[in-house]
Amino acid sequence: MAQFRTCPDTGFAIDLNADKLIKWNAVTAVVFLLVGGLFGLAVALTRWPAVHLLGADDFYLALTAHGFDVLLVWCIYFEMALLYFTSSILLKSRLALPKIAWAQYILMLVGAIMTNVAVLRGDSSVMFTSYVPMMAAPDFYLGIILFAVGALLGCVVFFATLYIAKRDNTYEGSMPLVTFGAMTAAIIAVFTILSGAVILVPTLFWSMGFIGSIDGLMYRVVWWAMGHSSQQVNVAAQIACWYAIAAILFNASPLSEKVSRTAFLFYILFLQLASAHHLLVDPGLSSEWKIFNTSYAMYLAVLGSMIHGLTVPGAVEAAQRKRGFNKGLFEWLRKAPWGNPVFSGFALSLVLFGFLGGITGVMMGTEQLNIITHNTMYTPGHFHGTVVVGTTLAFMAMSYWLVPTLWQKELMFPGLAKWQPYLFGLGMGLASVFMMGAGTLGVPRRHWDISFADAAMVHEFPAAAYMMMGLNGIAALIGGVGGAIFILNMVGTVFFGKAKQPKAAAAEVPNIGGAATTYGSAGTMAVPGTFVLALVFLTAFVLYYFVNWKYLSDVWGLS
Amino acid sequence: MSDHKSTQGEGPVPLMQQLLDSPFLLLIIGVGMPTVIYIIWGIMEIVAIPVAP
Repeated sequence: MAQFRTCPDTGFAIDLNADKLIKWNAVTAVVFLLVGGLFGLAVALTRWPAVHLLGADDFYLALTAHGFDVLLVWCIYFEMALLYFTSSILLKSRLALPKIAWAQYILMLVGAIMTNVAVLRGDSSVMFTSYVPMMAAPDFYLGIILFAVGALLGCVVFFATLYIAKRDNTYEGSMPLVTFGAMTAAIIAVFTILSGAVILVPTLFWSMGFIGSIDGLMYRVVWWAMGHSSQQVNVAAQIACWYAIAAILFNASPLSEKVSRTAFLFYILFLQLASAHHLLVDPGLSSEWKIFNTSYAMYLAVLGSMIHGLTVPGAVEAAQRKRGFNKGLFEWLRKAPWGNPVFSGFALSLVLFGFLGGITGVMMGTEQLNIITHNTMYTPGHFHGTVVVGTTLAFMAMSYWLVPTLWQKELMFPGLAKWQPYLFGLGMGLASVFMMGAGTLGVPRRHWDISFADAAMVHEFPAAAYMMMGLNGIAALIGGVGGAIFILNMVGTVFFGKAKQPKAAAAEVPNIGGAATTYGSAGTMAVPGTFVLALVFLTAFVLYYFVNWKYLSDVWGLS
Repeated sequence: MSDHKSTQGEGPVPLMQQLLDSPFLLLIIGVGMPTVIYIIWGIMEIVAIPVAP
């Protein structure tokens, strides 16, 4: 029989199993963010030519660990917490299959540690992509497989909780949008994990000597179904967080629940197909396959993102105007709680994800334009614009609400927390821009030394490329300080935070409604400020897209 | 003005809403579609590449 407690801040009935599992998954996520972040800092300081911190062997080791720990472990552990929160707590249901949920936690932990040990041993520096014929030790692949099986169990628990919540009528009508967004993430996660199994199980057997060889192109096609889709899980989860934060802070409902759900449907149908943009310069795959998967299907997923990019700020504007912030186009935005890290993290995540991660992703997903930047520093620049300033910042913003609420503790360093999203967003946003700048100048990704000091054939990059890599190092340091403040605040709050004072009266419990707990729309489209901002975004999008066609035309002169 | 109620009980539920209210159907579509269009189509193209003599 499930036991519940009532959250004094929100009035939510919280299943104690879900409570514990959310806490354990969230704390573990933050630990791996710390580990992966430190490796990332070492990578950035090595790629800063004037510092060049690590030797070649250590650099590739750090790069492998950085990719695995932040792209997979940090994000997916946090997403497990999010799946349990959005299914059990938001739907007011008990968590289904709690023993399976604990198996999820333990398998993911064993897998994450196993892969980290393999990497730290120094014989598995194959980077996150682990392209064959580079071979890692068997425990490197086995760790990832165990981690993925754990994540799959988490998805099973999530869907089972949706089932019992519906069966027990714990909510009315359709499920709320935040849970729907989390469900989108879970669906993409199932595809991601199954694809990972299809390619990593034979790769494990190959590393153990049971299989003679694995075709390189076959590996890349199937691996990217896992590798890129795992980042699409992040995008869906991050957007669910945006809707949740809008509901938590402003009691905001989406402008149109139907339109927002359709945008998530576009993700379910098309987002995983964008994996093909990693293979746009690979011979052996037809243009039909490449262009259908990227320039047709991917654009429908992009349409979904642009809908969310309009409806999330639109929901905030509608809610703010309802509260009386009606002066001019932007009073609703000026009067937003910019000193609250939940809001500032959310707002920066929304803007930086759109401008840095979104626009550049569309450019790279165009077959013709992809050739300009393929395998250059532009690529990590792009995905730091999605996974770092988009997903990670959104998860940080969510944590500033979730951790004090679930643990019932005051934030340890509220003054530092006010500045943290700006520091992290600015630092990592600039790092993303400088990496893309260096990539545009031709600097390769993953390379330990752009001066090619010992190479038989050298290439002289322009001085601006060296400057970009140096600025990237400085920006990563600033972002690293922001990341450290976040971790300090979370660890401090969980272990040493002051207990919250109990609420004096039930009337003080705020109404957390909107998209978080109910199905429904704001019932208005009168959001002129949001439409102006959307037009600014679209103008930037169009200009940047066509500038790259101009840039492409300069690569091959016709006369 | 807010329409915080489901359309259920107010006449037949539209087909699109039925689809969006079916997590397991969405799961099948969400796994099946990329499996066919991305993985199976991609693998068929690789398999069709002639082996070098």
